[in-house]
Amino acid sequence: MIRNIVIALLVIGVGGTAFWGYQEHKEKNAILINAENTYQRAFHDLSYQVDLLHDKVGSTLAMNSRYSLSPALTDVWRITSEAQSDVGQLPLTLLPFNKTEEFLSKIADFSYRTAVRDLEKEPLNDQEYSTLQSLYAQAGDIQGELRKVQYLVLKNHLRWMDVEMALATGKENSDNTIIDGLKTVEKKVSGYGEADEMNPTFTSSQQRDENFKNLPGKTITKKEAIETAKRYAHSKSSGNVEVKAEENGKGSDYGFYSVSILNKESNSELNMDLTKKGGYPIWYINNRDVNETKIDLNQAYTKAVEFLKEHDFSSLELFESAQYDNIGLLNFVSSENGVKVYPDSVKVKIALDDGSVIGFSADEYLKSHKTREIGTPKIPVKEAREKINHNVKIMEEGKALIINDLGKEVLCYEFLGTIKEDTYRIFINADTGQEEKVEKLKNSEPVYENLI
Amino acid sequence: MKGISSKWKWLLLFSCITIGFGIYPETRTNAFSSQIIQKGAVGDDVIELQARLQNIGYYHGKIDGVYGWGTYWALRNFQQDFGLPIDGLAGTTTKQKLANASNFNSRFVHEQINKGNEFTYYGGVDIEKQVKVKSNANESKSGGGSANTGKAPAKPGTSANLPGGYSQNDIQLMANAVYGEARGEPYTGQVAVAAVILNRVESAAFPNSISGVIFEPGAFTAVADGQIWLTPNERAKEAVVDAINGWDPSGNAEYYFNPETATSKWIWSRPQIKKIGKHIFCK
Repeated sequence: MIRNIVIALLVIGVGGTAFWGYQEHKEKNAILINAENTYQRAFHDLSYQVDLLHDKVGSTLAMNSRYSLSPALTDVWRITSEAQSDVGQLPLTLLPFNKTEEFLSKIADFSYRTAVRDLEKEPLNDQEYSTLQSLYAQAGDIQGELRKVQYLVLKNHLRWMDVEMALATGKENSDNTIIDGLKTVEKKVSGYGEADEMNPTFTSSQQRDENFKNLPGKTITKKEAIETAKRYAHSKSSGNVEVKAEENGKGSDYGFYSVSILNKESNSELNMDLTKKGGYPIWYINNRDVNETKIDLNQAYTKAVEFLKEHDFSSLELFESAQYDNIGLLNFVSSENGVKVYPDSVKVKIALDDGSVIGFSADEYLKSHKTREIGTPKIPVKEAREKINHNVKIMEEGKALIINDLGKEVLCYEFLGTIKEDTYRIFINADTGQEEKVEKLKNSEPVYENLI
Repeated sequence: MKGISSKWKWLLLFSCITIGFGIYPETRTNAFSSQIIQKGAVGDDVIELQARLQNIGYYHGKIDGVYGWGTYWALRNFQQDFGLPIDGLAGTTTKQKLANASNFNSRFVHEQINKGNEFTYYGGVDIEKQVKVKSNANESKSGGGSANTGKAPAKPGTSANLPGGYSQNDIQLMANAVYGEARGEPYTGQVAVAAVILNRVESAAFPNSISGVIFEPGAFTAVADGQIWLTPNERAKEAVVDAINGWDPSGNAEYYFNPETATSKWIWSRPQIKKIGKHIFCK
């Protein structure tokens, strides 16, 4: 009797487990298929977009008038962005598939810049035309390779989830058609070389000294770097401090030292990066908890100015200030003869309890600051003001140097104006009167947690 | 006798006025703390500044305690009209003139803010009529508050300053990623992880939005194993705000990995920039 009951219970148990297992299995498969389909869609969509891209770029080659060229290039721009978004959905981050996306963004840049230009006044020059031709050829190559992979995927019913698994288990070397095929695509694209094919008008990053090459001063040693860091930390070398300094790794584009100063008494740590060339502070963070506000933002501003003066950052002007809880953040830009130089920006973070500087970043400043010759405006401010939309009520005006859409530094008249409750910052080119940039400035945002 | 009665009359009138002041404690003496209020500031002084400016019709925005552009222009207009130097700073003289020109019922304003009511504080209108009690019903706006476009009621400090171009939700999402990826790391390491996300957004080789970068398949282990959905702490958020504001301890890195747990051999082939905590940052 008891035996029978036990047997019955066991049977029910086994049956139940089997049923549950089957359900789980079904669910798992459903989810896998779902994920697989997402990948499949992204992939096939990508190859479709590249097809389309190739055709579109091809047809622009034959066009001559602005009326057809501008819309066609805009279309190219749109397609590249779709293709980029497809690439972003594929599980390829750990595969070297970056070049393909870079290639797409190169086409995007090129088509955008040429599409927005007044092609009637300034038609495509020979160099741009040949760029377009080479982009066409490259798009064709990629299209061919992608189609090959696509064909294999369809023929052999290859699954992206297997790629995912291969990546997850680290068995990338296993024979996998998708990975191999895409690696070939990637290789093709990297063969096209870097930006040298893109003509010299596209120099957005060359304007900036990304690698701190043009900084004045001589190369410093590790010891000097530590000395400089200590000056920032205001710490006497005595006392309970632990100092560490490391050189940059081999992969860095520029030389720097990372110095950390750990004060064992207050248990606060200062971290700082300095350029090897000249020993300039790129950034420093001296983080600690700040639990109360004792000083106001204006006092914080004074502290920041003192700090900047102490460390030889001169002719800076406050651009923005903001308070985040108990921290004040002040953004300075350099100013020359009344012209604000926006690319030269320095940020200072002040703890509002004792006014100490807990963060500092001169990254942007060091990359873009140089001796400039700022010319005088060719058009009077009155003329610039007339270029502005009449609905804008102009409140403030000044002069500023900004980097425009094409990556060039341009001297502008800067206007702050309002339409109803919104504030806008408008830059009018001081030489051509062109509207270079219009920004809507952000208002504070409500915390949504309290709205529901 | 007649003389006495007229004295009584005066006394009566005087006491009436005193009582009147007592009922409406529209403080003149207790106005503002000593701080110079500057654009970007937050807190009670800003609430008072906004309320006072609205009271005399300069400020039409929401009284939320964040000194933004709306407040800035209101204050400048006030300074212009009252012959003060126009600098957008509420210093001693400006605060004094403003306090003399306007009323401020601190208790009323703070009560509305604490309750999350939508309200305005215009002078010349009964203040009780300017309150819209927090509810889901879409009542018409109360008198005088026509310019109050803010949909959101705000408790003190419930509006926030935000670094340009990013919403609180973006910051939250990034904080989730940073916390999931690097919660055991030193603060600098967390800022660096946030900076890597931003560097990827900038880079041509990655998606062009924060969510695109974070959710790119295989990009972050915390996303793959679900740790991204842990609740981040304030430190992670601060790290994100720092990174957005321009701190990049990673040295322009676009990748990082933990050498102890990295599964992909490929990642070792990236040029390494530096090591922070357990993470190696690469180009």
